[in-house]
Amino acid sequence: MKWETVIGLEVHSQLSTQTKIFSGASTAFGAAPNSQACQVDIALPGVLPVLNKGAVERAIRFGLAIGAKLNRTNVFDRKNYFYPDLPKGYQISQFTLPIVETGELKIQVGDEEKTVRITRAHLEEDAGKSLHEDFHGEDGRPLSGIDLNRAGTPLLEIVSEPDMRSAKEAVAYAKALHTLVTWIGICDGNMQEGSFRVDANVSVRPLGQAEYGTRREIKNLNSFKFLEQAINYEARWQIEQIEDGHKIQQATVLFDPDSGETRMMRSKEDAHDYRYFPDPDLLPVKLDEDWIEQVRAGLPELPQQKRLRYQNDLGLSAYDANALTASRALADYFEAVAGGLAKPDAKLAANWIMGDLSATLNREGLDIPASHISAAALAGLLARIQDGTLSGKLAKQVFEAMWAGEGDADAIIEAKGLKQVSDSGAIEVLIDEVLAANDKSVEEFRSGKEKAFNALVGQVMKASKGKANPAQVNELLRKKLGAE
Amino acid sequence: MTDTIKHLSTLLAEGKASSVELCQDYLGRIERLNPALNAFITVDAEKTLTEAAAADTRRASGQAGPLTGVPIAHKDIFCAEGWLTTCGSKMLSNFVSPYDAHVIEQFKAAGMPCLGKTNMDEFAMGSSNETSYYGPVRNPWDTDRVPGGSSGGSAAAVAGRLAPAATGTDTGGSIRQPAALTGITGLKPTYGVVSRYGMIAFASSLDQAGPMARTAEDCALLLNVMSGFDARDSTSLERAKEDYARDLMQPLAGLKIGLPLEFFGEGLTGDTARAVEEAIALLKKLGAQPVAVSLPNSKLSVAAYYVLAPAEASSNLSRFDGVRYGYRTPDYRDLTDLYEKTRAEGFGSEVKRRIMIGAYVLSHGYYDAYYLQAQKLRRLIAQDFVEAFRQCDVILGPTAPTTAFKLGEKTADPVEMYLSDIYTIAVNLAGLPGMSLPCGFDAQGLPIGLQLIGDYFAEARMLNAAHQYQLASGWHTRAPTL
Repeated sequence: MKWETVIGLEVHSQLSTQTKIFSGASTAFGAAPNSQACQVDIALPGVLPVLNKGAVERAIRFGLAIGAKLNRTNVFDRKNYFYPDLPKGYQISQFTLPIVETGELKIQVGDEEKTVRITRAHLEEDAGKSLHEDFHGEDGRPLSGIDLNRAGTPLLEIVSEPDMRSAKEAVAYAKALHTLVTWIGICDGNMQEGSFRVDANVSVRPLGQAEYGTRREIKNLNSFKFLEQAINYEARWQIEQIEDGHKIQQATVLFDPDSGETRMMRSKEDAHDYRYFPDPDLLPVKLDEDWIEQVRAGLPELPQQKRLRYQNDLGLSAYDANALTASRALADYFEAVAGGLAKPDAKLAANWIMGDLSATLNREGLDIPASHISAAALAGLLARIQDGTLSGKLAKQVFEAMWAGEGDADAIIEAKGLKQVSDSGAIEVLIDEVLAANDKSVEEFRSGKEKAFNALVGQVMKASKGKANPAQVNELLRKKLGAE
Repeated sequence: MTDTIKHLSTLLAEGKASSVELCQDYLGRIERLNPALNAFITVDAEKTLTEAAAADTRRASGQAGPLTGVPIAHKDIFCAEGWLTTCGSKMLSNFVSPYDAHVIEQFKAAGMPCLGKTNMDEFAMGSSNETSYYGPVRNPWDTDRVPGGSSGGSAAAVAGRLAPAATGTDTGGSIRQPAALTGITGLKPTYGVVSRYGMIAFASSLDQAGPMARTAEDCALLLNVMSGFDARDSTSLERAKEDYARDLMQPLAGLKIGLPLEFFGEGLTGDTARAVEEAIALLKKLGAQPVAVSLPNSKLSVAAYYVLAPAEASSNLSRFDGVRYGYRTPDYRDLTDLYEKTRAEGFGSEVKRRIMIGAYVLSHGYYDAYYLQAQKLRRLIAQDFVEAFRQCDVILGPTAPTTAFKLGEKTADPVEMYLSDIYTIAVNLAGLPGMSLPCGFDAQGLPIGLQLIGDYFAEARMLNAAHQYQLASGWHTRAPTL
C-alpha cells in the first residue's frame, strides 16, 4: 500500500521585544538564573500583568505579512496547570479569540511553489526553565532548580493547517516561516537559544484516503535537521505500526537526536483539562485601524514580493530569486550591489553573490552581515568587470585580495598591476611574437584545426601574464591569421 | 464626634495633637481591646510610631497634606513592604511582602501611618470573618457575634475605636456587609477607581478596595487618597483625579432615590425593614424623592456570583503552591505530593470549597453551562441597573438581610452564609459603587446598615446623600461600650 504523510506545524516564535510580555523585566538571553525575573514574573501575591504593546505590534506585523485576518478584538485567556516553572499556576495565552487568524505562506519545494495555510497565530507568555542536573541538597539528594528568566518572554505561536505532505515540505515551510519572522524583525530566529521552536503534528493515511489518520505531536524541535529526521522517523514508525495491525493512539512524543527516534511523552488520556477562561486581569485587546495601517506602512517589502520582482523586473531565474531572498540581509546586500552598478546588471550581481561570495562565506562559516566585502566594495569590483578593466579570472584574484583586506578593487588592481590590457597596439605586438614562435600551430589552424587557434590564444594570454583582454585577443588574432 | 479622621486632621493641623500621640492612643486601645476582638493579625508599634514621627516631621516642615499624621489600619490583603501579609491564611503565614500595594503607596504618600494589619476571612472568602486562619473576629457590639466579612477585622477595629479608619476590599459585599453589622460607614467604589495592584486577588473582575470609617465624609476623604490611575493595573481607569468630598453639602432637594421592588420583598422583615423605611422617610424630609425601580435579575446574582467568583479564585490561588514563597508542607515525596500536601494543609475548608467549585465550573464540558451562563446573567444584572438609573440618582435598600449573627450560627450551612450578601453582590457584578451606613439598631441593640448604590463614577453623589443623611440622623455617632 502507498502511504501519505500529513504534517501540520506549530511554531513558537519568540518576539524581539526588549521586555517581557506582561512585565518590565528584560528578555535578554543568558543572564544569571532568576536575575531577570521581577515580582510579576515570579507571581508574588497581588501582582498584575500589563500587556507589552510591542508584542502586539509584532503580531500585527506578522498577520499583515501573511495576509491574515487580524481580530480587531482579541482576548487573553488563562491556561491553568501546575508546574514549578509556571509561577502563577496558569499561562496567559490566547485561546478563543487569537490576534491572527487564517493567513497563508507560499513555500518553494524544488521547482514547485506550494501554499501552506496558517490557521492562527496567538500571543502568549513563555514558561521558565526547570533544571534537573547539577543540583544537590546537603544530603546529596538530587534537586531541581528553577530559572524564571524566560518566564513571561513573549511568544507568537503560529499554527499551520495540516497542509504538508513530506518532511521536505515541512522543512521548507519552517524555513520560509523562519525567514519571514526574521525578515519582518519580530524574532531573532536563534534556534539554539530557543527563539524559534517547532512542534510537528504527524499522521499517515493510505494515499487517496480523504480522512486524516490519528496524529502524534512531536514536541520542541530546535533545528531544521531534527525536524526532518523526526518527521521521517515518525512517519515510518506509524506506517509500520499500522501495517503490523496496530492502531495509532493520539499522543505527544519527544525526538531524541542521539537515537534518531521519537518516544512517547504522554498519551491523550493524560492530557490536562486546562480550564481556559478569559483572564480578568487583562482587558480585551482592541486593534484600531490607524494602528494597523501604521504598522502596514512600516513593513518592508516581503520575500514573496521580492522574489516576484527579481524575476519579473530584474530577469533573474526563479532559483536565483528564491536564493537571494533566503534572508533580508542577503536580499538587502544583493540590492545594494545591483544598485551600486552604473550600468544595471542584476544577473552579474546575482552570479557573484551566489557564486564566489556565498562560497567564501560558507567556507568561513559566516553569514552575509559578517562579509569582509561590503556591498559597495563588491559593486566596485563588478564595475571593473563591466568596463573591461578586469577579466573574469582577474576579478576572482581581486576578489580574494579584497576578502583578505588588501583594499578596494581599484587599489588592488593598481597595486598588483592587474589591469587588463585593451590597447590593441600592445596586444598586436604580443600576437606577432607568438605567431612568429609557433609556426606549427599556425599551420595546423590553416589546415582546419580550430583547437590550434585556442592554443594560440592561450599563448598570447600567457605572454600578457593574463592581463590581455581575451575578447580582443580573439578578435585580433583571427584578423591576423585571416589577413595573412 | 471626636474620632473622625476629619476631626483628627484638624487637631493635627492646629497643633493640638501630634501623630505620635494619636498613634500611641490607638496602639494603647489595640493592646487593651484586641485580645477580645481579634481585629488585628499584625501590630508593630515601632513601625507605626516611626511612620508617625516621620509624619510629624513632615508637618513641621510645612509639607503636610490634609491627612498627614492620621493613622489608618490596613486589611491584611494589601501587600505592605516589610509587613507580614497573610491574607488571613496559613498559606501566607510566613510571607513578609517585599513591596507595597498601590493603595499602601497612596496612604504612605499622604503621610498616614499604618496602625497594623487587620484580620479577615481567609483570602477574603467569607461573610462572618470565621474562616480566618488567625481565628474569628468578634463584633464590638456583642462579642458573641460576628462582625461580618470578609473585612471583619477592619470593621471591628473602626467600630471598636481601635482605629479611626481602615481599608477594606469588597468582592461581593466584603466592605458593606461588615460595615452594616458593626455600625460603621464603608464604601466600595466603581470597579477600576482604585488600583488592585498589590491587593491579593480573590476574584479579579469583582475585587475593589475601599475605605471603612465612621462617616461618609471620612470615606470621601479616604477615597481621595486611595483612588487614581495606576498603569500597573490594566483594569484601573484612566480618569482625572476627582474630589469625592466636593458635593457633600449639596441639598438633597430633587434627589431621586430608587427603591428596588426586589429589595423590599418577603426577605426583608422586622427591625431591618423598619429602620430602612425610617431612613427613606428622613431622606424624604430632606427633599429626596423616592421612585420605585426594578432589578428583575438581581435574584440571580448570588447564583451567578458563586460561579464567577470561585472560577476566578480557583485560578488566582494557583500561585500558592509552596514552590517560591509561603507555606510549604514539611514532608513530601515528589512534586505532586508537594503540591497536594501544601495546598491541603495551607488552605482552610472554605477556600478549598471555592477552589473546587471554581475548577468544576471551568472544566471541560461544564464551562458553557456554568461559566458562560453566569457571564450572561452578569450582563443582564448590570443592564437592570442601567435601566434603573434612567429613573433615579441613587438606589437605596438594606445592606444585609439580618443584623450580626452569633459565631458558629451559619458555619454549618455555606449557602445560608452566602445569602448574607444577597443585597450587595449584584453591585459587584455590575461594577457599580455602593456603600453602607448605619440607619438604626434592632431590638438587641445591634446596628442596622443602609445601602446606597450609585451610578458608575457617581461616588460623589452617593456620598452627598449619605453625608446629608448622617447630618440629620446621627446613628453613625453611636459607639459600642467596650
